[in-house]
Amino acid sequence: MAQAPASSSAPPLEIRRLSKEYRRGVPVLREVSLTVTPRSITAVIGPSGTGKSTLIRCVNRLVEPTSGEILFHGVDVTRLKRRELRATRRRIGMVFQEYNLVERLSVMENVLSGRLGYVSAFKAWLRRYPQRDIDAAFELLDTVGLTRYANQRADALSGGQRQRVGIARAIMQEPELLLADEPTSSLDPKTSVEIMETMVRLAESRGIPVIVNIHNVPLARRFATHILGMSGGRIVYDGAPGQLTDEHLKQIYGGEDWLE
Amino acid sequence: MSSGAATARPTAFRPSWVARAGWLVFLAYVIYAASVLDFTWDRFVVGLEQGARFVARMFPPDTSPDKMKLMARGLYESLEIAIIASALGIVLSLPIGLLAARNLMPAWVTWPTRLFIALCRSFHQVIIAIVFVKAVGFGALAGILALTVASIGFVAKLFAEAIEEISLKQVEAIRATGASFMNVVVYGVMPQVLTRFVGFATYQVDSNLRNSTMVGIVGAGGIGGTMFAAFQKFDYDFLLTILLAIIAMIMLSEALQNRVKRLFQ
Repeated sequence: MAQAPASSSAPPLEIRRLSKEYRRGVPVLREVSLTVTPRSITAVIGPSGTGKSTLIRCVNRLVEPTSGEILFHGVDVTRLKRRELRATRRRIGMVFQEYNLVERLSVMENVLSGRLGYVSAFKAWLRRYPQRDIDAAFELLDTVGLTRYANQRADALSGGQRQRVGIARAIMQEPELLLADEPTSSLDPKTSVEIMETMVRLAESRGIPVIVNIHNVPLARRFATHILGMSGGRIVYDGAPGQLTDEHLKQIYGGEDWLE
Repeated sequence: MSSGAATARPTAFRPSWVARAGWLVFLAYVIYAASVLDFTWDRFVVGLEQGARFVARMFPPDTSPDKMKLMARGLYESLEIAIIASALGIVLSLPIGLLAARNLMPAWVTWPTRLFIALCRSFHQVIIAIVFVKAVGFGALAGILALTVASIGFVAKLFAEAIEEISLKQVEAIRATGASFMNVVVYGVMPQVLTRFVGFATYQVDSNLRNSTMVGIVGAGGIGGTMFAAFQKFDYDFLLTILLAIIAMIMLSEALQNRVKRLFQ
């Protein structure tokens, strides 16, 4: 791993009373607290617009939290200065709903962009990455089965292929935490399962804890070791997938007609 | 109930009386202005006769060796002015355009940058050339500076607009990797705008080529000076040689541009 954790006893991620208001007086997150244990897969389920995306984006501060603490290996991310924040972002990988690949760059360039936190702008411009990074990128492309697409432009790929590039880019960072924001929502059911399998397999083999936003409850149950249910900006369920009952789902999503 | 709703329907295409009145006023003004400026058919017919005599005196084009040498020297200087001004203008437009993009930069940066770009765009190249001739003296330097300023005004503005239209999702993903601002620009922004930037730049090269043949009229170097002299000496056959040479140069550059654009897709 690139950097030693600041405190080896602290959990990878602990969030305390995190709130976010985009507009004053309209909280999207209301004092959310949670703990991510090492090597765990945490699925965050809940209806659209309940703050799942905001929660995950607060962790690497793509969204600025309004109040609360986000302890990444014991260090409060919310207090970091720009340079420290960049150094922390390097240690947190992210997978996006719409893949967010740089469309006009090749698959290889997209995977290598996971190393941009470590490469100077001049070297990045000339594509002069360390050989070690290039070898690692090829290995990852082998793992996700995209080696023969290495030199194709990202916009030539199908959705499932793009998301595998997105996952490879995130793993390329050698992260200590992986955030996934609805990684399968734009994909068909079969591809969704394949993507979840790929992501969980890669994370588990490297001991990376994962937080994944997902509104597909069966997928969450199948892959997660831990489930958080969100509703109205609050966590209303925090427990094992096996203990998640229809009663809980009713509380999370509201109503019950959709359950049968 | 349903019949009541039907009668309450608005018209499908609402006429705008303000727009119609506007068109009428515009038409009336055009007719008025034409009469004031003596823009009449008779005047045009008289002018045509004179034009025919002028064109007749242009043939055959003067291709004597000393004239050809004079033309070649002027044309070559124009080409140099255009290429140097384009290179300078395009290179300077990159950072200036970036600083003017409101989706990447704070207002206190974009505001003065936009003001500077607007200033570069305010005047025609010939007017800027006159200013530079007064400032740095007759010759190609004034022409180069004038066209550089004009290039910045055009390319930097369009480049800033192109950056403002990029997908921020791709930028967000690069930021999430912990990349520095410059790396975000190199990886998240530039790939999205490169083709458009190449388009603006080649268009500007073309525009500079044409303008470089003109700034010579006010003494800022290039074939314009030679052309203006030919006009004043009633050297119309030599004038035609120059005009044909300029046309050939522009067409050549057009062909080259298409090649370059295809190279960058």
